[in-house]
Amino acid sequence: MTDKIIELKNVIKTYDGTNVVDGISLYIRKGEFVTLLGPSGCGKTTTLRMIAGFEKPDGGEILLNGKSITDIPPYLRPINTVFQRYALFPHLNVYDNIAYGLKLKRVVNVYEDKKGRRIEKRERLSKKVIDEKVSKALKMVDLEEFEKRDVNTLSGGQQQRIAIARAIVNEPQILLLDEPLGALDLKMRQDMQLELKAMHKKLGITFIYVTHDQEEALTMSDTIVVMNDGIIQQVGTPKDIYNEPKNAFVADFIGESNIFNGTIVGDRKVRFVGHTFDMVDDFELHEKVDVVVRPEDVFLVNKGLGQVDGTIISSIFKGVHYEMTFQVGKTEILIQDTVERTVGEEVSVIIKPEDIHIMHKGYTMNVYDGVITKDNKVSFAEGEFACDVTKLYPGSRLNEEGYLVTADGQELDLTDTHVRVEVPLDKIEIIDNEEDGDSVGQIISIIYKGDHYQVIIRTFEEEEDFVVDTEYLWNENDKVSVKIKPEDINLKLKVKQNG
Amino acid sequence: MGKALKFSRKNLGIPYFLFLCLFVIFPLLLIVVYAFTDGNGSLTFANFIDFFTKGSNIYVLFISFALAILTTAICLVIAYPVSYILARTNMKAGSVYLLLFILPMWINFVLRTAAMKELLFALDKLGVYNITDWYFANTVIGMVYDYLPFTILPIYTVLIKLDKNVLEASSDLGANKVQTFLRTTLPLSLPGIVSAITMVLLPTTTSYVISDTLGNSKVTIIGKLIENQFNIGTADSWHTGSAISLILLCFIFGTMLLTGKFNERPNQRGGGLW
Repeated sequence: MTDKIIELKNVIKTYDGTNVVDGISLYIRKGEFVTLLGPSGCGKTTTLRMIAGFEKPDGGEILLNGKSITDIPPYLRPINTVFQRYALFPHLNVYDNIAYGLKLKRVVNVYEDKKGRRIEKRERLSKKVIDEKVSKALKMVDLEEFEKRDVNTLSGGQQQRIAIARAIVNEPQILLLDEPLGALDLKMRQDMQLELKAMHKKLGITFIYVTHDQEEALTMSDTIVVMNDGIIQQVGTPKDIYNEPKNAFVADFIGESNIFNGTIVGDRKVRFVGHTFDMVDDFELHEKVDVVVRPEDVFLVNKGLGQVDGTIISSIFKGVHYEMTFQVGKTEILIQDTVERTVGEEVSVIIKPEDIHIMHKGYTMNVYDGVITKDNKVSFAEGEFACDVTKLYPGSRLNEEGYLVTADGQELDLTDTHVRVEVPLDKIEIIDNEEDGDSVGQIISIIYKGDHYQVIIRTFEEEEDFVVDTEYLWNENDKVSVKIKPEDINLKLKVKQNG
Repeated sequence: MGKALKFSRKNLGIPYFLFLCLFVIFPLLLIVVYAFTDGNGSLTFANFIDFFTKGSNIYVLFISFALAILTTAICLVIAYPVSYILARTNMKAGSVYLLLFILPMWINFVLRTAAMKELLFALDKLGVYNITDWYFANTVIGMVYDYLPFTILPIYTVLIKLDKNVLEASSDLGANKVQTFLRTTLPLSLPGIVSAITMVLLPTTTSYVISDTLGNSKVTIIGKLIENQFNIGTADSWHTGSAISLILLCFIFGTMLLTGKFNERPNQRGGGLW
């Protein structure tokens, strides 16, 4: 398409050996309001700085209107930036700040000399033109009559507006905004969001906006680019991103989400939190999936009337709604509802099929929620497994009493630490004899995968699955035990969600 | 609770206030009294009239300021690029280089000057320098050498604190490197330059140790003139010396006012060593 104003082709930026931006390809249409959204350190600001020209990509290409600008310095790019902390010139007043770019600008004027020949002259803008443009820009940001003010006497909000005026007065093709509202208070931020949106409509130029605030992104953007770990996770309209998150990261980052480990157990049926739910998507039987449910999509009903029974364990008033935590077995579900339920009340929940969002896990790993026992084993899937707990803290070791000593000498008791356990599919050994393994289950499925069998063993009580790649053929419904070598159990500390 | 000993933060200023009275205000008053009296203790303006009517004194005053201005100018010309480069290099290496420039400050001032003299002698022997005839140059070299660290430090301090975003903003708005320097870096480092000027211009008018050691006693600066008056010890000499001190003080005060004007930009908080 020809209306691509800027295009990034496999752009890479490396700092100290790590790829902060890891091969981003993206195009932005003329006049679009695009937001780069992601947690801090996701590479969004670096991407913006490469578009502005402050950073040079270590790989890939940036095209502006189809031409590479990778080697063009910032001062020659028709792009202006609104900086995070405004970066106004402290030695200049409001007028001179805004006129900074205009005073540097040279325009080509065409004259005719006495003999009627065309003469082209590169000239400065006249004082009058600059005056007009500055006052127009000030009007745009609602700060008329501020020309002579010292920028240091302005409030944060006013400085922000001056920074915007200073950028738009140059009539750039693209306006870059690097978390411009980060330093403002909530009310002002919301006002400015709407103003920026209105300004975008009025100016008709392309806005590229960087933020970590998902609400801001949803409010203002035509298109949101969700980034994490230097990679684009999803590109889409705010509605798409919210309603159809592509993976668990996006779902978690955009709005609040419950994310469960689920298994497809039948035609349009998924099992999680100990119940089989109907759903609308078609997935392969036995596939392990991520199940995402928005807190506002979980409905509370009286005990026995819903799909899953459990207890309310916390309730917080959030203004418009109550945010409650519902516990079923070991799993917690976050719920937003306008009707308050008291803590300790036994209730039931209903989740509608269309509100259950299923995502491919890309199953390469068995993942469990585990707990460290007092003798530094890890308990998951109805078994206790010997493991190497020093993997939790780089550089740590165990002392004689069994306490973990971290790299900086801190002594930790790991008992009852919740961890994420990962076991590769081909590192689980299936044993005939129930006594010899660490956990016991029943083989529920055997799929031949060309050169090996994929066997799924389900435990009896908690219905946890071991997915095992093996070259041996087993029988369905056999009762077997599993064994995993300590070095094949990978542990990660759990970071509590929404905490 | 209310009866507990009240220790206002103001009280912390008392020691300094006492110091100020005892060692600054009182001696200053003494100088004023001496300057306006003669050996018999009667009021007179003769000390001032004498100073300004004697040609050699005016010459000394002129030489002092010429020397000071020249030294300051050379210091700035050397120090600004050095500070600029130091502030631009990465942190670790930068501080080592800075230390190398600051290190001479740790060595005794008289010793440093003597060492410079030896160095100039060596150059003289090599035939590239003439230490006996170029006494004014000797003095300037010595002064620049001694005061260079005092010029680098304040400028470096300002440059290192410059908001990189502001420079990026300048580039973003269409300024190339030279334009960014002239329109942003230089004006923003002005407080550092002003500090550097105050730290060099004033001491160089009076530090006669350097002019004595390197100037072959042919360069007399106003500091030397004052010293002489207090050393000869005739009936009126202390009064004359006090008067010259007071005149110098007025000149210094005038310069301070002038440079202060630059520094007093309301929007320019911090920066510099003052």
